[in-house]
Amino acid sequence: MINELFRWDWFFDHLPDIWELTLEHLRLTAIAVVIGFAISFPLGVLAYRHRRTYGPITAVTGILYTIPSLALFMMLGPVTGTLSVTTAEIGLVSYTLLIIIRNTVAGFRGVPEDVKEAARGMGYTARQSLWKVELPLAVPAIVAGVRIATVTTIGLVTVTSLIGHGGLGIYILQGLSRLDSTLTLTGAVLSMFLAVSADRILVIVERRSTPWAQTRARAS
Amino acid sequence: MSGLIDFLTDSANWSGTDGIPTRLLEHVQLSGVSILIALAPAILLGLYIGHTRRFEFIVSIVALGRALPSFAVMAFFFPMQLRFGWGFTPWAAVIAMVLLAIPPILTNTYVGVRDVDADTLEAARGMGMSERDVLRKIELPLAVPLAIAGLRTAAVQVVATMTLAALIAGGGLGRYIVDGSALGSNSESGVAKLLAGAVLVALLAIVVDGFLGIVERLASPRTTSRGRRRVPEEHLDVLPAPDLTAS
Repeated sequence: MINELFRWDWFFDHLPDIWELTLEHLRLTAIAVVIGFAISFPLGVLAYRHRRTYGPITAVTGILYTIPSLALFMMLGPVTGTLSVTTAEIGLVSYTLLIIIRNTVAGFRGVPEDVKEAARGMGYTARQSLWKVELPLAVPAIVAGVRIATVTTIGLVTVTSLIGHGGLGIYILQGLSRLDSTLTLTGAVLSMFLAVSADRILVIVERRSTPWAQTRARAS
Repeated sequence: MSGLIDFLTDSANWSGTDGIPTRLLEHVQLSGVSILIALAPAILLGLYIGHTRRFEFIVSIVALGRALPSFAVMAFFFPMQLRFGWGFTPWAAVIAMVLLAIPPILTNTYVGVRDVDADTLEAARGMGMSERDVLRKIELPLAVPLAIAGLRTAAVQVVATMTLAALIAGGGLGRYIVDGSALGSNSESGVAKLLAGAVLVALLAIVVDGFLGIVERLASPRTTSRGRRRVPEEHLDVLPAPDLTAS
């Protein structure tokens, strides 16, 4: 067992590898969140427009959410190829669904009734009201969902190291098997750093995409 | 699939140290201990910060904890526990689960206390209630449903994530998943074992979620005018965690 908590010389010797794995980590995350959003957003809108579909949609995605990541990755192995990226991505995507769907629906439901009434009064059709009035007001909640999904995914990517991916999670796994805290800390601290940075970037995206909210905040 | 049903109906799998009852009990015990350890600091801090509005930055820091992968926490503490002579016990996993459970409970308790209606508080103080009474008789009961919603989120996550304990030779249902996959994807009994582990964990999580959902509903105070106070949808999850970057 290595007794030093953190060996800086190892860290600096491996900077190029660490950079490679960081990019890999981001790639796995970005693909999962983009696909997750592409599936969740329409489902969220559907669940909002047709209340009866909300139950079944959240029930199915809820079950996907409760399957332990460890089991899901290993279970998909025989079906989609043990070491394929598809296996990792299916798992990662399935965990983003519930989070984004719930927030999308919550965002739309949070639009005040009188705002919708005013839109109707001005002659907007239901569809126009949805896209031009309700969607912009739901953006903060939807982005909040994407933020949580992103942060969660960055954490889960580390578990995919068990099926040969994992980005920075590979260091966590190696650290665990060699009982070397330098490797574990490198993987853990950097993936946490990625999560926090991604979260901050998404907050900026949210502020940019809802300029009226900033104006209002300044005015009051 | 038939392998899974065979596994679950084979009486040999329902007894002994690797039997389903034993593994299920281990899983519940490990998860329960983690939640119990997390509960006191999370609720006390949430109440304190929500009531005094001091140290609110702690809530943001704890929310950052969501970005900490449990897998990494466990991998970090496992060598330490060996060094301290705790041997092959699941403590590293319990620590990881405690850290996983604290953020949702703390955040929800804090939001619950913070969002108590200002008029209500003023009325209570006007009636001569002491700060202690305000916290105990007004804020605490009103925050309970949200705190339980947080506990529910935490419990489901802990039950589902506790499977990681099997990676450091711990017990629980994760054993089936790890041992099953160790047999390889060509082994029919291995795949059946893995599937059984996953199904049992998911079922346990659903049962825990349903049970705490009922507790949550029972704990919601009934008001005369609006029926039960509804927990806002967005609070059901850990969702709008206070802005990590509060400006």
